[in-house]
Amino acid sequence: MSEIAPAEIPQGSNEPVDEGPVWARRTSALWVRYTSSSPIVIAALAVFLGLVFGAIIIATTTPAVLDAWRSIFHHWSGLPVAIKVTFDNVGSAYRAIFTGSVVDPQGFWHSLTTGKGWPNTLTPISETFTYATPLVIVSIGVGIAFQTGLFNIGANGQAVIGGIAGAAVGSMLHLPTILHLPLTLLGGIAGGMLCGALPGVLKAYTGAHEVIVTLMFNYVTYAFLLYAVLSTPFQQPGQSNDIGRTMDPSAILAPLFGTKSGLRVSYGVFVAAAVVVFAWWLLDRSSMGFDFRVTGANPAAARASGINGRRVIVVVFLISGGLAGLAGLVQVASTTHYIDGGFLIGNAGIGFTAITVALLGRNRPMGIVWASLLFAALGVGGRNMQASTGIPLDLATVIQSAIVLFVATPVLVKEIFRLRAAPTATVQLATKGWGS
Amino acid sequence: MQLELRGITKRFGSFTANDQISLKVEPGQIHSLLGENGAGKSTLMNVLFGLLRPDEGEILIDGVVTPINDSGEAVRRGIGMVHQHFMLVPVFTVAENVVLGFEPKKSFDRIDYRAATEDIRRLSQEFHLEVDPDAVIENLPVGLQQRVEILKALSHDAELLILDEPTAVLTPQEIDALMDIMRSLAAAGKSILFITHKLKEVKAIADVITVIRHGQVVGTAEPSASESELASLMVGRDVQLTVTKSTYDPGDEVLEVRDLVVLDDRGLVAVNGVSFDVRAGEVLALAGVQGNGQTELVEALVGMRPVVSGSITLKGRDITHLSPRDALDAGLGHIPEDRQRDGLVLSMSVADNLVLNTPRRAPFARRGTRNLAAVKENAQRLVREFDIRTTSIEAPASSLSGGNQQKVIVARELSRNIEFLVASQPTRGLDVGSIEYVHRQFIEHRNRGNGSLIVSSELDEVLALGDRIAVMFEGRISGIVDPTTSREDIGLLMAGHTTEVAGV
Repeated sequence: MSEIAPAEIPQGSNEPVDEGPVWARRTSALWVRYTSSSPIVIAALAVFLGLVFGAIIIATTTPAVLDAWRSIFHHWSGLPVAIKVTFDNVGSAYRAIFTGSVVDPQGFWHSLTTGKGWPNTLTPISETFTYATPLVIVSIGVGIAFQTGLFNIGANGQAVIGGIAGAAVGSMLHLPTILHLPLTLLGGIAGGMLCGALPGVLKAYTGAHEVIVTLMFNYVTYAFLLYAVLSTPFQQPGQSNDIGRTMDPSAILAPLFGTKSGLRVSYGVFVAAAVVVFAWWLLDRSSMGFDFRVTGANPAAARASGINGRRVIVVVFLISGGLAGLAGLVQVASTTHYIDGGFLIGNAGIGFTAITVALLGRNRPMGIVWASLLFAALGVGGRNMQASTGIPLDLATVIQSAIVLFVATPVLVKEIFRLRAAPTATVQLATKGWGS
Repeated sequence: MQLELRGITKRFGSFTANDQISLKVEPGQIHSLLGENGAGKSTLMNVLFGLLRPDEGEILIDGVVTPINDSGEAVRRGIGMVHQHFMLVPVFTVAENVVLGFEPKKSFDRIDYRAATEDIRRLSQEFHLEVDPDAVIENLPVGLQQRVEILKALSHDAELLILDEPTAVLTPQEIDALMDIMRSLAAAGKSILFITHKLKEVKAIADVITVIRHGQVVGTAEPSASESELASLMVGRDVQLTVTKSTYDPGDEVLEVRDLVVLDDRGLVAVNGVSFDVRAGEVLALAGVQGNGQTELVEALVGMRPVVSGSITLKGRDITHLSPRDALDAGLGHIPEDRQRDGLVLSMSVADNLVLNTPRRAPFARRGTRNLAAVKENAQRLVREFDIRTTSIEAPASSLSGGNQQKVIVARELSRNIEFLVASQPTRGLDVGSIEYVHRQFIEHRNRGNGSLIVSSELDEVLALGDRIAVMFEGRISGIVDPTTSREDIGLLMAGHTTEVAGV
């Protein structure tokens, strides 16, 4: 082999980074460095792709847009009009989402210059926060379970039970605020914990798969909800409908800016903030959270390191369920103040949205905050879009789903944007498979 | 088939895994590719098998430049690969696995099992690869499964066989059988590219040895070269292959095991009434062919497997039925057999892995809150003291080479002030440099007056480390001998003969 002189070896280079002027090379290197492996960039691009996907849906389903394109079959001169109509429709839909969920710039300018109409101007952002608050809490609960390698599909049912328990404490006891509100919050947590403990114990001691148990448990809770709102102690007195008692003013989470402002955003945001801090401490700073993460990442190593796997499962389900229950209570205590038979059913099922929110937020507390705000904004703004442009609210759900799809397939996103993987980058999945 | 690689270069980002590698394999030749873990052997083979595209260089088959773009093309060109981890379907028979993807067909698209079976019989006879075509893979021992992989490659008319670390999973007897197969294949004119980091095997079988280090060819050697010459080529410095120990001066008994009975996962008796003592300042090496109860014995010692009967006593304290946590806290250190499964969390940082089983202990935590400064300080100190090669203490453990991953575990256990070390296959799959390092750490631990039980299926390791050697066979200790005993006698004990018969 030694007879092969190095000079004979064909030299070639296919490193694109080495080409082009210095500035281009630098930018390209920076681009690669900051984009290739950062999950935040992937999430942001997934959101962007979701919006693009939504735009395509709007363009291909809105009758006005389709009519404009159909006209170019009669004469090609209709093309510029068709393009304009397309962009107008997409633009007005997204503008409606934005002004309906964040702020209307015109109204904002008006309020700023005249000092009037602030409540109206702030209503959209207030609504977004109102919807995001319980979503943050329940999603963090789901995210903590995910980080431990556990699927809590039953967060919605836990939130329902938490809501019922909290609303019961809030409506059937009569105490001063300083006692009543904490007791109500604890009632919500306790209800969710109770509901989460059962799947946890079953998983830890019998091996029953938590996905099946928690999923099925949701239906049990819905049945209990209907029973509760129609049964004597909890049903609204003098009502025959499926409505529960109204909570005492001493037990509710009052609006931040007073009842007169009409803004619904409540003191619940502080509860959510406390949960975020708690989750950050738990996952990043506590030795218990360290055990959780070790268990989630490698159960065999967890066992060899002396971590009691059964205890971890039960404790995680208590925490996850407790947070879900708290979220359900916050939902009631900051909006309707009573529970009805449709509580958290169907589209309102924040416990199910939480699964996708946790995924989008990569199970990290702050990531979940951003993801919740985004999902809440799409939901709230979508309603405004439906009202002002006639495009159905379901589009918001389509966009949410598309975003989750893109987040779940980082390889696809990287391919679309031609992001190169860093040498040591490994695909990190936010969740694990069912196998464990 | 004559195969030539010319100037193969493969980069991953800024890291060059293969740098201008050239080598030539002649027909009927056994060509050994020797290198440490992470030297770039597997990358080169993946390039050759079409799984990776080289950035530079070319592959010549019988003197003709032949680009290989995917593994299907490699197979068509007559290149067969036997991976370190077998690619077999466990519930299928040998015949089904061999024809998988290339099934001979009868009418109505039915698989012609008779033709498949006949084909395998013929190949088996031709190359002396005895295996029952109707046996189900999961019932076969590892050595036979490997034969099926080789048969599979041969059934595709492979002229060049790539064997990637084929001996890593085999018992000594199976290794001998594999060597015979390799010789008969070479005699039949097949070329073999044999990838390994084990010096003894290279010397035993290779016609030509190419040594690579850091992705470059650093030299070629004849099989007559001494082991220490090869080792120093591999690691780039002189390596001490024997361990220097201070004189054997055992103290009191530290660990006493009495009549221990432990079951395996299937509920069968794996450890059948084992008794032994280990004293302070002593290494008891536990030899034996794998699967004779060593794994279950170790798991029982560290609390990971329930003890049916018998007792374990550590410094006078009964630790028979402790949980893993309590066993760790009682002063047992454990270096698990499967380091990636039981010893590390690969996705977590080196720093976190260094406190994996002491996250709650001072100074790493106070009242449930972790002290990350102490964790970091601990990591920096251990990375320095134990020479763990990592880009950062925050890097995930998965980014480390196998040897450095093991150093993380060794550092964690030995820095924990343990009374007794239990190490299982501590140097399996490690390169010579890391082996030397790990052995030195064990001996220092012993010289400080601590007891150790070191389980290994490598006889060299057992002989180098052990102050006394216990041999395990079918769940029992067939004998405890001193390290001057000949290899042959220990071999007899490993085969189940008792000390009287073995004459020691």
